[in-house]
Amino acid sequence: MKAKVYVTLKTGVLDPQGKAIQHSVELLGFGGIADVRQGKYFEITLDPDADPARAHDAAERMAREVLSNPVIEDYRVEISET
Amino acid sequence: MKFGVIVFPGSNCDHDAYHVISKHVGQPVDFVWHRETDLSDFDALIIPGGFSYGDYLRAGALARFSPVMNAVKEFAARGRFVLGICNGFQILCEAGLLPGALIRNRELHFICEHVYVRTETSDTPFTNELAAGRVLHLPIAHAEGNYVCDDATLDELRRDQRIVFRYCDARGEVSDATNQNGARDSIAGICNRERNVLGLMPHPERACEDLLGSSDGRDIFRSLAGTLAAIS
Repeated sequence: MKAKVYVTLKTGVLDPQGKAIQHSVELLGFGGIADVRQGKYFEITLDPDADPARAHDAAERMAREVLSNPVIEDYRVEISET
Repeated sequence: MKFGVIVFPGSNCDHDAYHVISKHVGQPVDFVWHRETDLSDFDALIIPGGFSYGDYLRAGALARFSPVMNAVKEFAARGRFVLGICNGFQILCEAGLLPGALIRNRELHFICEHVYVRTETSDTPFTNELAAGRVLHLPIAHAEGNYVCDDATLDELRRDQRIVFRYCDARGEVSDATNQNGARDSIAGICNRERNVLGLMPHPERACEDLLGSSDGRDIFRSLAGTLAAIS
């Protein structure tokens, strides 16, 4: 079982890295890109027999207290069998 | 009076801070390893610059979980003085001892140069020997010094005169052109509500000898030592 945590910058927080990535992608010839926002992805491998609801609660706490900074970031947690 | 300089794995301005306190302020000072939990020997702490935990996850994020940080929170809650410089400022924000956060510089570059900052208030234990409006010439060396906070926090910081330093030019004029890292409201340093915790991105400890290009940073440490002398 895996906990998958996605951390993204809150709307309105400047993302200079996202802007630089957008610029590079456009230089490669891709058009029609309105915006690029960079985030972080964490994959936490859990005991295969873990209770999914409890695993979700635990991953939620990890995301809130460690993996994200609530001043500038939001997070989303998924529990998956693989 | 005794100063402590906290050392995390990856701190690299700890010896500079120690040197300034021992040589230029002339007070006792000890290093404090990050696993220490007893800070009862100390009257003031410096959280120095560097790259604690390699800046993994976010700058300052993992240092927050070092054993010493619970003791630092209690130390601050008792009204004792905590000065966070550069990575120390980032750690204080991550630990919730100061509001807001420090994100990537607006232009993405690591900036390493001498800049000017304006002292916005004398009403802190760290700046009471500096006149409000005094311009200091201090080095900055950071990639994540772009201060951000929400509107309510900015209003509160302004209202309570908790913005202690702002980036400016040599004459003390603040403008977008002097805001090297894109910080909100050109903020270079802030203090907490109780005014006993200060965080700033510039390095006053690297500007305490004329040989190093500036000795403007000395007055910050001397203010703090003077405050401690007055209350002890």
